[in-house]
Amino acid sequence: MRIIVCIKQVPASLDVRVDPKTHNLIREGVESVINPFDENAIEAALELKAKHGASVSLLSMGPPQVREALRKGLAMGADDAYLLCDRALAGADTLATSYTLAQAIRKMGSFDLILCGRHAVDADTGQVGPELAERLNLPQITYVSKIEITGNKVRAERLLEESREVVEAPLPALLTVTKELNTPRYPTALGIMKAAKKPLTVWTAADIGATPEKIGLTGSPTRVTDVFEPPGHRRSEVEMLSGKPEEIAAALAERLQAAKIL
Amino acid sequence: MAEAEILVFAEQRDGQLERVALELVGKARALAGGSRPVVAALLGSGVEGLAGDLFAAGADEVLLADHPTLKVYRTQPYADVLFPVLKERQPDIVLFGATSLGRDLAPRLAARLGTGLTADCLDLALDPQGLLVQTKPSYGGNVLVHITIPRHRPQMTTVRPRVFPLPPLDRARQGKLVRLSVNLVEDQIPLKVLEVVPRPQPTVRLEDAAVIVAGGRGMGSKENFKLLEELAQVLGGVVGATRPPVDEGWIGPDRQIGQSGKTVAPRLYIACGLSGVVQHTVGMQKADVVVAINKDPNAPIFDLATYGIVGDVKEIVPALTARFKELKAKGA
Ligand SMILES: Cc1cc2nc3c(=O)[nH]c(=O)nc-3n(C[C@H](O)[C@H](O)[C@H](O)COP(=O)(O)OP(=O)(O)OC[C@H]3O[C@@H](n4cnc5c(N)ncnc54)[C@H](O)[C@@H]3O)c2cc1C
Ligand SMILES: Nc1ncnc2c1ncn2[C@@H]1O[C@H](COP(=O)(O)O)[C@@H](O)[C@H]1O
Repeated sequence: MRIIVCIKQVPASLDVRVDPKTHNLIREGVESVINPFDENAIEAALELKAKHGASVSLLSMGPPQVREALRKGLAMGADDAYLLCDRALAGADTLATSYTLAQAIRKMGSFDLILCGRHAVDADTGQVGPELAERLNLPQITYVSKIEITGNKVRAERLLEESREVVEAPLPALLTVTKELNTPRYPTALGIMKAAKKPLTVWTAADIGATPEKIGLTGSPTRVTDVFEPPGHRRSEVEMLSGKPEEIAAALAERLQAAKIL
Repeated sequence: MAEAEILVFAEQRDGQLERVALELVGKARALAGGSRPVVAALLGSGVEGLAGDLFAAGADEVLLADHPTLKVYRTQPYADVLFPVLKERQPDIVLFGATSLGRDLAPRLAARLGTGLTADCLDLALDPQGLLVQTKPSYGGNVLVHITIPRHRPQMTTVRPRVFPLPPLDRARQGKLVRLSVNLVEDQIPLKVLEVVPRPQPTVRLEDAAVIVAGGRGMGSKENFKLLEELAQVLGGVVGATRPPVDEGWIGPDRQIGQSGKTVAPRLYIACGLSGVVQHTVGMQKADVVVAINKDPNAPIFDLATYGIVGDVKEIVPALTARFKELKAKGA
């Protein structure tokens, strides 16, 4: 069995501000981490590997520094990693990203399972997984909190707003996973040493045979036209109630009764 | 292009319309401004009866796909029914609720159509050229971005439930019901739903609660959250929270209100020991009456309150509970 895990590198802190003049994001520090849900996806792949025997391949599209994220995944126990790195890929929205990842996966060869995170915490769309499944014509199972493989089928539990759903699909399939699935392991010292020797392949857009019109900003139908901080919410005048707690309570009760809320 | 229709995916579960479906029909109506048609797509099994509500909310046309294979939502059959419809009708805009279902289905269709999709929008507007300007949170709500889809059609978006009000239902409104032919065969659908287990829910959902008593870090402990339960109980309300109490484990994550939590619109919102940071207030700013209790007179929550109380929650909250109980006993 071969499992491909798609991981994205995201800023370690989401505490960003917007420069009021340029409207660009000001990031405090530049430290990056693996998108948290993608770590759950790696962990799930490694647990399936332990149980059924599998090879686990990591795939990411991003700038050169994404190597660090891939090395961490290899140190956790993945077998090999692929980085799609090319200036032409920059500015991709979910449609262009899913196209690019699909091209790479076709080149990577056969697989049984693709795992993605339920969403990336920076852009927070959760669209790349389903769009990738569509492009590869695979059944998709989103919001997965439990995975079982039997023969050539995957049985998964999905966590929805008001229910838990148990579904079954034939392999190959694509799953997007939630944090309820597992607790990701930390790389061990030995894992980190071994990771340095594991294969990390870097591909350009040309290497994966990508059509230039379909990648990067050019291949992205959506445009970000403005970035701003949420405006504060303000009401007209507030009426302050003061006195002893009992007096305040009586005053409030009176007003709520007058407003027909009590 | 300006004449092209706005299509709303009318999500239903267990034969009941999701409220967001009506919210979106109402919003589509407002965007259409009377000059272009609003169309709702309704998929399910035995759901024809729901068309009336969609007309009443403002749909001009309801496209109905009624088939046993569509009873419980699955990605592929839903996408297979909708794709040819979108391909043929070429709507200008397609709106989905940003529910687990909408966020599973919409990207599948967007990829098949090769168009743009914006996730989890908090607002929609048209620019002077008639282009849809979509407001979406990013970085966990620390920033908002405007997104447009200038050249591809349809412009697709998933919209967070509760950001638009329920439209008034005009029962006299009529519309056209169009039955879609469905050629689905169960054996050809790869995914099977084996079991659906309801998750335990609070008796009233936070989103539906008329009264919410919300606690923040200032409550200080899990113990003190019981004071809020007691107050909520006499008011027939539900307890909500900011993020710190959820992170501390004082209350479950399903009670978080705000940017990365729920959006609520109760008649009465009592904010207890919370500062009123924008990540929180974005989820409750639609409340009718806001009561704020905070020991810091400069807390930003007072800017947003109808009634403000400067004091310690541990003293004020029990006093409120006692007073409301008294009134209730008197049959007020
Ligand atoms: C990416 C991201 C997403 C986020 N999403 C959300 C979200 O969805 N929802 C959310 O709520 N937050 C969210 N936050 C967190 C948000 O930024 C704030 O940290 C949080 O809302 C503050 O919660 P608070 O008001 O309870 O705590 P604080 O800001 O610490 O305020 C506590 C208040 O209690 C008062 N107080 C203390 N003791 C007492 C007392 N005894 N009596 C009366 N008053 C007292 C204090 O004066 C103070 O004003 C998010 C943050 C990030 C970075
Ligand atoms: N650039 C990328 N490289 C690899 N995987 C990605 C990338 N962007 C998104 N993904 C995958 O898609 C999931 C959802 O991302 P998003 O749609 O951006 O919220 C992530 O959790 C990853 O598994």
